[in-house]
Amino acid sequence: MSYKYHPHTPDEVSRMLDLIGVSSLDELYSEIPEELKLHRELNIPSAMSEVEVRQELQRLSDCNRPLVCFAGAGAYDHYTPSVIPYIASRSEFLTSYTPYQAEISQGTLQYIFEYQTLMADLTGMDISNASMYDGATATAEAMMMCVAAAKKRRKVLVASTFAPNVLRVVETYAKFHGVELVKLAVKEGVTDRSDLESRLAAGDVAGVIVAQPNYYGVVEDFTGFADLCHANKALFVMNTRASALPVLKSPGEWGADIACGDAQSLGLPLNYGGPYIGYLCTTKALVRKMPGRLVGATVDADGKRCFVLTMQAREQHIRREKATSNICTAQGVMCLYVAAYLSLMGPKGMQEVCGLSYGGAHYLHDRLLATGQFEEVCPAPFFDEFALRYKGDADALLRACAQQGYLAGVKAEGTTDVLLFAVTEKRSREEIETLTEIIKEFGN
Amino acid sequence: MNNTYYGKLIFELSTPGRVGYSLPRNQFPEHSLSELPENLRRSQKTILPETDELTVVRHYTNMSNNNFGVDTGFYPLGSCTMKYNPKINEEAASMPAFTALHPLQPAETVQGALEVYYNVQTILSEIAGLSEFTLNPFAGAHGELTGLMVIRSYHAARGDLKRTKIIVPDSAHGTNPASAAVCGLQIVQVKSTPDGTVDVEDLKPLLGDDIAGMMMTNPNTLGIFEKKIPAIAELVHGCGGLMYYDGANLNPMLGVCRPGDMGFDVMHINLHKTFSTPHGGGGPGSGPVGVRKGLEAYLPNPQVERRSDGTFALRDGAEALGSVSAFLGNYGIVLRAYVYLLTLGKENIPMAGKLSVLNANYIKESLKEYYKLPIEGVCKHEFVFDGLKDEYAGEHDDPMHVTTLDVAKRLLDYGFHAPTIYFPLLFHEAMMIEPTETESKETLDEFIDVMKRIALEAGKDKALLKNAPHHTPVRRLDDVRAVKDANFTYKDLCHAEC
Amino acid sequence: MAKVIEGLYYSESHEYVRVDGEFGYVGITDFAQDQLGNVVYVDMPEVDDEVSAGEEFGAVESVKAASDLISPVSGTVVEINEALEDQPELINQDAFENWIMKVKLSDKAELESLMGAAEYENACK
Repeated sequence: MSYKYHPHTPDEVSRMLDLIGVSSLDELYSEIPEELKLHRELNIPSAMSEVEVRQELQRLSDCNRPLVCFAGAGAYDHYTPSVIPYIASRSEFLTSYTPYQAEISQGTLQYIFEYQTLMADLTGMDISNASMYDGATATAEAMMMCVAAAKKRRKVLVASTFAPNVLRVVETYAKFHGVELVKLAVKEGVTDRSDLESRLAAGDVAGVIVAQPNYYGVVEDFTGFADLCHANKALFVMNTRASALPVLKSPGEWGADIACGDAQSLGLPLNYGGPYIGYLCTTKALVRKMPGRLVGATVDADGKRCFVLTMQAREQHIRREKATSNICTAQGVMCLYVAAYLSLMGPKGMQEVCGLSYGGAHYLHDRLLATGQFEEVCPAPFFDEFALRYKGDADALLRACAQQGYLAGVKAEGTTDVLLFAVTEKRSREEIETLTEIIKEFGN
Repeated sequence: MNNTYYGKLIFELSTPGRVGYSLPRNQFPEHSLSELPENLRRSQKTILPETDELTVVRHYTNMSNNNFGVDTGFYPLGSCTMKYNPKINEEAASMPAFTALHPLQPAETVQGALEVYYNVQTILSEIAGLSEFTLNPFAGAHGELTGLMVIRSYHAARGDLKRTKIIVPDSAHGTNPASAAVCGLQIVQVKSTPDGTVDVEDLKPLLGDDIAGMMMTNPNTLGIFEKKIPAIAELVHGCGGLMYYDGANLNPMLGVCRPGDMGFDVMHINLHKTFSTPHGGGGPGSGPVGVRKGLEAYLPNPQVERRSDGTFALRDGAEALGSVSAFLGNYGIVLRAYVYLLTLGKENIPMAGKLSVLNANYIKESLKEYYKLPIEGVCKHEFVFDGLKDEYAGEHDDPMHVTTLDVAKRLLDYGFHAPTIYFPLLFHEAMMIEPTETESKETLDEFIDVMKRIALEAGKDKALLKNAPHHTPVRRLDDVRAVKDANFTYKDLCHAEC
Repeated sequence: MAKVIEGLYYSESHEYVRVDGEFGYVGITDFAQDQLGNVVYVDMPEVDDEVSAGEEFGAVESVKAASDLISPVSGTVVEINEALEDQPELINQDAFENWIMKVKLSDKAELESLMGAAEYENACK
């Protein structure tokens, strides 16, 4: 019975059983009705040695093909400095849990406090919670926050220019939570302000949620949106891409009440879709409506500045069904990723990341249009992601590029021929030229 | 962990002009950010620090020394299953052939990743005694929410729209009622009997055609197996409801008794509890949801399927409850759990459960002379003490009365993490102890000795306990001040100091 | 022992009403504040809100607990105790002095179903 994760020797097991007063391990289960027990071996694979596990992982790895990534649509291939996984793998951080015992959890509490500071600052809001699962669920939580704050209103307006996979999650939460979600009209690729105005006038809207940049990469102009919302007692919520915050007008500057979204773009690996990290920032006025953990500064018995989980009376373990949310998670290690990333990059690094991504994306945009195989979809300004209509068979093009090791964007949902491309600082001019050549050849 | 406190914040280490990164030179002179219209650009400055690489590495390394994890020492946090997190799991999760995959890559380029996902779905189904799993939910609470959405979708598909109530035991974890509320269900509480299990007589009158289902965990939060589960399931099924299993306490049941065989229809599993993925200071976790035959169609989109030609693909179902994640959940966590499942295999998985029960009972029996044990008998993977036995009879209003909080804080001085305290709410001085199977007899014996020593200290020197901890990086914190001052960012702190 | 004042009306959920003509001052009892511990926040209704007997009108929060406020009376909120916004701890200092809302009572007959001081004192035992 000796096993590397189970330290018990047979002698120890029998001495422990003696002390307990039973004769076998099975007797520890004697109260369970026999007919509920399995009475057979589980039908799953046999134990593997570490050598065999590594071989199996190698076999599985060989069935994957990472591609040169020109795709975004919610997951961005930004560079992760080597320092970050090194720090994040420190087991004092990794193998701890929610910092209930603050006296021996200052490490976790400190980096979450840094994370909160950084996200609140980037979004231009007063406060950030200690993070959410991902951008989609953070947006759903923001929607629930709107109806909780409004008390009697159950309607939330959402931009149609949202990423469909985020919107599906928000719609799912809305359906079960009893929120009426209404999509705003689109005009020339951006949210239609006059539609917003007339819908708000009904006086029954709890909140308005928009995306920046939107699914098609367009940087929308939200001038006047916050004032319209506030005049009609609705909250204004912006889902923003975290990596663009150092450059684009922040939710705070637009007058938003809640900023939310995914912070994967701040140095987290693609990881086939997760783990990522959702963020949710808001004003101090709304702190008691906010979901999730929150770390605050205080002092200990000696007067030393230190940090602790606070405002817990909002949370599920105290409020049960009256809680602001059911969430218990703070994506701890992912907060650490974000805090370490932003600390390494600093203000200058983030400007460079944004500049390189912007420059590369616009260069690719020029090159693709020059092939004559694409046409523009939205004339509005974009940042590091854009949509183009492909004049040929888009699926066949994506397959051909993948065969040559390139992820030539993703096909926009709901279309047959619109491709979404994203460029990060990792993409070189040479890779852009190669992609363009592959596409040209395919077109011929 | 050392006891010298490192309390700096990264913002206090910033020196203008320093950089901690290196990026490719700009190869795109044709375009620059200045092209963006002025009114779409940010004008606020940011607070981002300016630091060199070593400063950042030392900062976080020193900070980690303020922290306690499973790798540091014994972590008997009840209901959290703080078992050892194997290192080979981490190695797998950092392989570039997985980390560099974009979630929207064509399926033919991610066959290995999809196979892992499919195999974990399959193994979990067998372990749970259910038909199919989704691995999309991000955490236990997210799994609960998803599972309740499955239940509501099932009733809705049958046109049975009256079922808006869910039964939850009074001993349940707070997430159960909170998840039900997010899911738009009303909570009906069922009482516990004095032995801590569901009161079947109290349950009966609650049942009716407005009941969507009942949420339970088995063993329950007191570590007691709910023997009447077949009768409870029959009653709930009899009124048309479904049974939801909160997988928080699955560990002791591994390979012995499966939720599906107990009569449950829907459940979630916490991969970060039962299947050894790291808790990460609170996340990321993973909360797969499984269902019995007949409910598969309601699981959230997308699902991973194996096609007849042996390849793997994503599928969206028309009857699905919707989506709960933008992509496939916390894939990196699923991968870690897969490595754990392969490593243990069918031979060692049942042993994990049995040894967790052995360890829990060993501690319970060794300490029950010193701590009030409200419910006698064999427990499963965890149990609850109701504070110190001597203090139990004492004057609770006395400011020097030694409470569970004091015992917990004193444990930190001895290099142990505290148990879960003041939960479940059924007992005033609850301390919930869950050792897990990966702890050796020596560790348990040390813990038992320390717990006894603390009980003796409580008799002799109450102030020692009331002022504990003494040897940690910081001492007891002022949590009233944390709420009142409301300093949630470094900026708040700067304003407060000015 | 928690303080109970003669002449007030008490509810089972530990709110009191001090009646002054057409108006009622509603707060939480001394017993309630003692059970809660340090009050750190009071979630109050807004002026002009309608409240109904038996329904929630706000919440009091301590560090480790939160308790819904259940209105013992029906009517319209005419004033809230703004001092509690910055100094919620006033409730701990004197719960009866520091009422939470002033209500224009719509049905004074409701007071009959509430407890008197002696009855309430018994209920707290």
